[in-house]
Amino acid sequence: MIPALAIILVFQLVGEVATRGLGLVLPGPVLGLMLLVLSCALRPALAQMLRPVVAGILGHLSLFFVPAGVGVVAHLGQFRSDGLAVALALTVSTALAIAAGALVFRAVLRWTGGSEE
Amino acid sequence: MTDAALIWSYLTQGPLLWLTATLIAYWLGDSFFRAMGRQSWANPVLCAVILLACVLGLTGTSYQTYFEGAQFVHFMLGPATVALGMPLYDNLHRVKRAALPLVAALVAGSVTAVVSALAIGKAFGLSEVMLASLAPKSTTAPVAIGIAEGLGGEPTITAVLVLVTGIFGAIIATPLLNALGIRDWRARGFSLGVAAHGIGTARAFQVNETAGAFAGIGMGLNAVLTSVIAPLTLRLFG
Repeated sequence: MIPALAIILVFQLVGEVATRGLGLVLPGPVLGLMLLVLSCALRPALAQMLRPVVAGILGHLSLFFVPAGVGVVAHLGQFRSDGLAVALALTVSTALAIAAGALVFRAVLRWTGGSEE
Repeated sequence: MTDAALIWSYLTQGPLLWLTATLIAYWLGDSFFRAMGRQSWANPVLCAVILLACVLGLTGTSYQTYFEGAQFVHFMLGPATVALGMPLYDNLHRVKRAALPLVAALVAGSVTAVVSALAIGKAFGLSEVMLASLAPKSTTAPVAIGIAEGLGGEPTITAVLVLVTGIFGAIIATPLLNALGIRDWRARGFSLGVAAHGIGTARAFQVNETAGAFAGIGMGLNAVLTSVIAPLTLRLFG
C-alpha cells in the first residue's frame, strides 16, 4: 500500500513541478494522471501494483469533495445575489452538453461506419 | 462546566474534531444514499455538506477553523485525480476502437459545457470571479478546483457548482437521452461523464456497466480538455 501511495504522490509531485516550472495551463495532478496512464502502458506490472490503492481512493472519490463543498457556508451571500443566473447557466449548459456529446457520438459513429453497442 | 469549556477549547485548537466530523458526516450521507436506494437526489456529498454546515452554524465555528481539520481530506483530491488515470488505462483498447466518435463527442460536450455556461453567465452579468468559478463546472471536482484557482475563481464556489452540476446531470440524463433516441451505451455514458463528471459516472454505472466505464473515460478526458478550453474561452468572454 505504501509503495503504491508513494508512486501516486510522485506522479502528482512531478506533475506539479513540471506544470509550474514550464508555466503550463494544466493543473499538476492532471499531468500526473497522464504520467500514470503512460507509465502503466509502458510497464503493465505497475498497473497491477497500483490497482488496489487506486480502487481504494476512487471508491471514496466523493468524500474528498466534502471540505470544499462545506465552503458554500462562507459564500452564501454571493449565491443569494447571483442565484438565478448561476442556476440557469448550470442547468441549461449541462443539458446542452449531454445532448451535444451523445448526438455527435452517434453521428460520427454512423459516418465512420461503426456499429452501435 | 469549566471542564466542558476546557475540553471544547482543546478540541477547537486541533484538527482532530473537524476531521472526525467530516468522516462521520460522509458516513451518514453515504448510509442515507444507500437507504434511499441510491437515488441521485440523495447524493452523499450533498447530505454530508448540509449536515456539516448545520453543525458549523450551530456551534458558531468558522470555515477557517473547520478547514484546519478537513484539509487532510481536501488534500486527497490531488492523488485522486492522478488515480483517475487507471480506469482510462484499463479501457484504452475500447477507446481506440471508437476513437473518432469519442474524440468528436468529447470536444462537442466539453466546448458546449464551457461556452454555454459562460455565455449565459455573461448575459446575466455575473462577476469575473463567478465566471472563472463557473467555467470548469462539468469537470471532476479536484480538477475543476485546480482550474478555477488558476483562472482566479473561488475554489469553494466551484466545488458547490460542480456538485450541483453532477446531481442535475445525473437526474436529467436518462429522460433526456431517451427523448433524443440515443441507445448506444457508450454514447449515453460518455456524454454523461463529460458533462457531469463523477456523480454522472456513478449514475451511469447504476444503469449499465458499459455506460459506466465510458462515463469514467469521458470524465478523465474532459478533465484534461477543460484545463485547456476553460482559460481560452474565459479570455473570449473576459
